[in-house]
Amino acid sequence: MNAFMNQLPIGLSIGAVLLLIALGLTFTFGQMGVINMAHGEFIMAGAYTAYMLQDWAGRQAVLVALPVAFVVAGLMGLILERTLIRRFYGRPLDTLLLTWGVSLVLQQVARDLFGAPNVQVKAPTWLVGGGAWLGIRMPYARMFILALAVLCVVAIWIYLARTKQGRRMQAVMQNRDLAACSGIATSRVDQRTFFIGSGLAGVAGVALTLIGPVGPALGTYYIVDAFLVVVAGGLGRLQGAVIAAFFLGLLNSYVEYWSDASLAKVVVFAVIIGFLQLRPQGLFVLRSRKLT
Amino acid sequence: MSTPGLFGRRLAPGRWRGPVAFAAVALLLLAVAPATLSPFRLELLSKYLCFAIAALGIGLAWGKGGMLTLGQGVFFGLGGYAMAMHLKLAEAGPGELPDFMVWSGVDELPLLWEPFRQPWFAILMVVLLPGTVAALLGLLVFGRRVRGAYFAILTQALAAAFVIWLVGQQGLTGGTNGLTNFTSFFGLDLASDADRRVLYFAVAVVLGLLYLGFRQLVASRYGKLLIAVRDGEDRVRFLGYDPAVVKTIAFTLSAISAGIAGALFVPVVGIISPALLGVVPSLELVFAVAVGGRYALAGAVLGAVLLNYAKTTFSEHYADGWLYLQGALFIAVMAFAPKGVIGLAGQLRDFVATRWPRTSSVPGHPAASGTPAAPTPGAPPSTSAEKEVTV
Amino acid sequence: MSFGRRTARLTAASLVSLALALATTACASDKSTSKGAGTGGGASIDTSGSSVKVGVLHSLSGTMAISEVTVKNSVLLAIDEINAKGGVLGKKVEPVVEDGASDWPTFAEKAQKLISNDKVAVTFGGWTSASRKAMLPVFEKNKQLLFYPVQYEGLESSPYIFYTGATTNQQIVPGLDYLKAQGKKKIFLVGSDYVFPRTANKIIKKYAEANGMEVVGEEYTPLGHTEYSTVINKVTEAHPDAVFNTLNGDSNVAFFKQLRSTGVGPDRMPVLSVSVAEEEVRGIGPDYLAGQPVAWNYYQTTEGARNSEFVAAYKAAYGADKVTSDPMEAGYNSVYLWKAAVEKANSFEPEAIKKACDGVAIDAPEGKVTIDGATQHVYKTARIGVVREDGLIQEVWNSGGPVKPDPYLKEYPWATDL
Repeated sequence: MNAFMNQLPIGLSIGAVLLLIALGLTFTFGQMGVINMAHGEFIMAGAYTAYMLQDWAGRQAVLVALPVAFVVAGLMGLILERTLIRRFYGRPLDTLLLTWGVSLVLQQVARDLFGAPNVQVKAPTWLVGGGAWLGIRMPYARMFILALAVLCVVAIWIYLARTKQGRRMQAVMQNRDLAACSGIATSRVDQRTFFIGSGLAGVAGVALTLIGPVGPALGTYYIVDAFLVVVAGGLGRLQGAVIAAFFLGLLNSYVEYWSDASLAKVVVFAVIIGFLQLRPQGLFVLRSRKLT
Repeated sequence: MSTPGLFGRRLAPGRWRGPVAFAAVALLLLAVAPATLSPFRLELLSKYLCFAIAALGIGLAWGKGGMLTLGQGVFFGLGGYAMAMHLKLAEAGPGELPDFMVWSGVDELPLLWEPFRQPWFAILMVVLLPGTVAALLGLLVFGRRVRGAYFAILTQALAAAFVIWLVGQQGLTGGTNGLTNFTSFFGLDLASDADRRVLYFAVAVVLGLLYLGFRQLVASRYGKLLIAVRDGEDRVRFLGYDPAVVKTIAFTLSAISAGIAGALFVPVVGIISPALLGVVPSLELVFAVAVGGRYALAGAVLGAVLLNYAKTTFSEHYADGWLYLQGALFIAVMAFAPKGVIGLAGQLRDFVATRWPRTSSVPGHPAASGTPAAPTPGAPPSTSAEKEVTV
Repeated sequence: MSFGRRTARLTAASLVSLALALATTACASDKSTSKGAGTGGGASIDTSGSSVKVGVLHSLSGTMAISEVTVKNSVLLAIDEINAKGGVLGKKVEPVVEDGASDWPTFAEKAQKLISNDKVAVTFGGWTSASRKAMLPVFEKNKQLLFYPVQYEGLESSPYIFYTGATTNQQIVPGLDYLKAQGKKKIFLVGSDYVFPRTANKIIKKYAEANGMEVVGEEYTPLGHTEYSTVINKVTEAHPDAVFNTLNGDSNVAFFKQLRSTGVGPDRMPVLSVSVAEEEVRGIGPDYLAGQPVAWNYYQTTEGARNSEFVAAYKAAYGADKVTSDPMEAGYNSVYLWKAAVEKANSFEPEAIKKACDGVAIDAPEGKVTIDGATQHVYKTARIGVVREDGLIQEVWNSGGPVKPDPYLKEYPWATDL
């Protein structure tokens, strides 16, 4: 029982990491059908942003970096969208290969700029260590990530439901042609979506400096998992991504606890493939009149 | 074949252009290359041809069938391991354990390995293992109408999971080291250059036969159906066909060709390991097909050979730059030459035709350039390009 | 049938042309096979010129580049030093650098290229066991030499490989001796899921059995794994006295960062690592590692004039902020050991070198290093160090002198049935 209780926060925190890395993808993928393989490199850009700010902000760099990384990664996404992806609408599978090429280049750029070895990002002192309630341990860094994920979800939700731009974004996601006919400038909306989606990857990157390595290959560790969350959750659906991320996180933590890490990963893949048998479009489906 | 090609008219009448080109390539591979290349370079060429066999399958599934499969490494691996297991057992001799099991602390041969003592069983498995896995997966996934990006991501996840599983079963598979150190291959001594040359011919002939087979398939009624599914799955369904079956057949065939490629790769390169089967190697295979030209089977072959050759030569001179070059090439091909190298001639001609129209030119060909002026979602490639490049 | 008549005709034509091509080939190949009599031993070293080529084969790109580039640097440094002093047997040493690209088949391919195209006298290279296993058949087939510079899992002794890194009884066993001397009874094993950790842990379990220790847990994670909270949970629940860590590469960063948040420090539960050297410490951060023990044969802080020289030369060549580590030093030694063996044999021929190699010794940064002819491994001093606040490693215990290499652990009664 105690083991069960102890794994619960761990599962939630793994879920929070998954949610952070997948949140941005949900929108870029959901709205435009663009499979952005360079999403992992935007995460990496966020992590390096925190590293760069250390000289100036010292140990509190992680906090300062959150908004800065959002802008840095967001701008990278925007540039990618304006220069390349714009030409690829209607060819979603080609964007996958294209952005993989972009991801290779970005990794090599990171190697040339920061060197191949990992760099260290010092965490704020109040995020080192952990507390315990009722016998359940919870590291502070993990709680911070959990809180950050919740904050991001709430912010996105408010944006989508309560702002004009957000509602336009939803409209384009649900029916691009109709939205365009109604006078929404879809290309403007696409740019905004890409900026926000990539920016969220940057935020995830900053958070990851607390618990993992910071190096040129950072993005490659997370990208496949991020895609799986998106696929399981359903494209462009906020609640889908949230539920899928936490479900996969919990599944991962319990399977790993009772077996080992390799098996846990394999089980997660198997469960997703099985799940797509039941719901090929993920948890939540946008109603459309397509035959799929 | 109706539109004469840029060079075809002079060399041969349209009808014979295919066979003439094929014969020329065959001559190049089977006579010129072995006579002029050093043993080391010939070995490299064998390796490229193995990749070309796997690329051929991707050309069928993706180019003709529109299924972007990012998990071909899995099938390559299944075929490769089936072959490698047999070779390891043949080498160890009856009743003995393969070397890696000894240092992994395995005391008796796992049951899974036992039947691979028989050469016929191993060869059967090279085809059956990848074929069965692909057929099952295909029926499940396509039957539920999972398509496009979803399918791509699923196959990618499959590749990732497969590698993790393989590495975890060290006593069974050799773990990260994979299986290495093969001395002979069905009576061929892998240490002798003469025997390696025979192996090269075997690879080249298998590639040629598979190419002809796939080409025949694409030209058949089934092939037309496959292309129809690529360009309008729902319409095919309304016509009373089941797209799931059509797609599964092509996917299974592509898996089998990847399996055969893996099996030949083992004696040629002398190693099969999880590093060859993961997400990145699978992507690189697809990339090769994109570079060569996905809409033609010949493009797949050309791309695999070109790209791997470029990789070898480039990394011999300038290691770090390869990643830049690869990335840049990727971006350029995707953005400006979606039909790949093979499609360039057609693109050029279309470009010329739109700039300086001739009265006698064939009407009704929309210019297929890399940047369509008015993007239509899911627009199929213009069929003229299809016909131009059936070499 | 569904095949159109025209395609059938085309296919027939294609098949005919294939047959024709094959026939031509048969003639062509008959001519050419008589030339090459097979590479088996046919690979020859080119010593005709005023210089002799040597291969340097490490991953310069991909996941392993982080570690391997530093080894490549130290090998090139040794070659430069040797050339400055007149080379080997009066010939300049000319390095041919190739990229293994963190991909094992590529290692095999490049090894073959160095042997058959460049006709190198020797190759220095490899890091992972997988890369060594991929290269091994190539060097055995061509009867050429490879110097392999990294600590590894033992149980191997190829006649054409010289192992200048530690084998298990020069690193893992001393590490266990150290833990035992510290009074640690309960050990938890954490490792990446590949060959070295699994073999190492087999040895550790045998050792524990024979020495009254208890292994209270054993966990493996996939390479590149970054989620360690569950593993750490299992570790803390088992209440071990110490953790033996065989994680590889970036996983170490995630593991130590996440371990730190439990608040269990090295004084209560030391984590002994065998794959964390100076270079890795910088990537993880001394914050997370200070006070943790590691097991190697060399540290940047190792005392001695020869080491001061080596560290100074390395910093001068590659930057004052660079650090030196065990595998780099072993790579550096490789070149000097090869030179010493060549000079003793008075020949570049592999067979002559193998005959002459027993007892060849050099004064290395780590102390005296001697080749053991029987196994082609080297005698090395085992050292336990503790990570300092400044990221360097301070030696706290050593074996007192070079330990004889024993890749199959034949001299340890508890390891008889490994």
